[in-house]
Amino acid sequence: MSGGYWFTIVEGSWLTLRLALCSMALAVALGLAGAGARLSPLRPLAWLGEAYATVIRGIPDLVMILLVYFGGQDLVNRAAALVGHEDYVDIDPFAAGVATLGFIFGAYLSETFRGAFLSIPKGQAEAGFAYGMSRWQVFRRILWPETVRLSIPGIANNWLVLIKSTALVSVLGLPDMMFHAKQAGDATRQPFTYLLLAGVLYLAITSVSLLALRVIEKRFSLGVREVQL
Amino acid sequence: MILDFSVIWENFPQFLHGVRVTLQLLFVSLAVGFVWAVPLALMRVSGSPWLNLPAWFYTYVIRGTPMLVQLFLLYYGVAQFEAVRASLLWPWLSDATFCACLAFAINTSGYTAEIIAGCLKTTPPGEIEAARAAGMSRLQMYRRILLPSALRRALPQYSNEVVMMLHATSMASLVTLADITGVARTISAQYFLPFEAYLTAGAFYLVLTFLLLQLFKAAERRWLAHLRPQRR
Repeated sequence: MSGGYWFTIVEGSWLTLRLALCSMALAVALGLAGAGARLSPLRPLAWLGEAYATVIRGIPDLVMILLVYFGGQDLVNRAAALVGHEDYVDIDPFAAGVATLGFIFGAYLSETFRGAFLSIPKGQAEAGFAYGMSRWQVFRRILWPETVRLSIPGIANNWLVLIKSTALVSVLGLPDMMFHAKQAGDATRQPFTYLLLAGVLYLAITSVSLLALRVIEKRFSLGVREVQL
Repeated sequence: MILDFSVIWENFPQFLHGVRVTLQLLFVSLAVGFVWAVPLALMRVSGSPWLNLPAWFYTYVIRGTPMLVQLFLLYYGVAQFEAVRASLLWPWLSDATFCACLAFAINTSGYTAEIIAGCLKTTPPGEIEAARAAGMSRLQMYRRILLPSALRRALPQYSNEVVMMLHATSMASLVTLADITGVARTISAQYFLPFEAYLTAGAFYLVLTFLLLQLFKAAERRWLAHLRPQRR
């Protein structure tokens, strides 16, 4: 195993992390919007949120990635040609990857946030109103912090799945860990060695995440009684 | 009109063949993975660290790494070793279908083992006490009470795993197989119609997902009937 290739894979892990973090940020935003839409009393909005969650969760990540990157690029160019634009429009693979993963995991997170919001005992909001808080105050002081706390296990799960899903973006030629591992393996005819290294690095990232998430969960559950069976 | 679905219609039989390949991959890997997952789950709930730790390590590694890495390790990776290429297993290990099924089965076994182990651990104490009171041996208790009860309660979570696996089979297209995604990739390359091709693939998966979920709903109605609130 030569040093140069080894280093490209470690370097690729930085892209993997950036990709995962950016996608997660987008996913949280879309997930909150999706959950808000699904909980909204406006029928068309609720229906739209429901459709988003159902359709996205029914399609494989890989197909979505291919659809957005290759299909999206193709569609943009056909539309551009239609309005007389002649240059070929390129979509940035990193942006496409973030957009697709964010869009997919937004659908899963909307389910997490909605579930968390619905599982807050309604007495809590009622207590807030009894204190004379406005709707906004009840939301900001009571419902929102509770939603965050109850969403953490779901967010943690989705983060772990998301890290693993970033490997698929190497299909777009984005030089993440997976891409470099495959390249190094092909070049040196030692695919097992380099793929194994990538696997170990993914395991390291998920392991560190698990530990970090456990700390965060503790932090947000301060003051919550735990019942021992 | 900027969309052109006529090519998709012309190649519809190819897509249907892709559906067959996808379903074959799914069922073979689920079946093998399930058979492998049950003993793993039993190891996971065992009090002996000699049984528990290896199973824990297995599921931890499988669930902590991307399935793409696992698939590539099997299909591209093992060919690195001369001993593998000289062995009797080589005709199988050089076959993409075999490698895909094996990688998918190994992957799903890790997740399924944890699901079953979780359900075994949450067995209502009364069921175990009743089995002991009836004088059952350990083996009898597992065979007659613990496993049937846990497997039934695992159904809702297992349905999620099955849908995840349906989606995961799309990776078979990355090792040259002509499943739904593979067909879409071929057609996209042949006719330069990536949007229509992948949209069609997505629609097929959506329908299959929906059908699988309906199937599991029916299964839950049948096998979890005893846990539903009774109405008279």
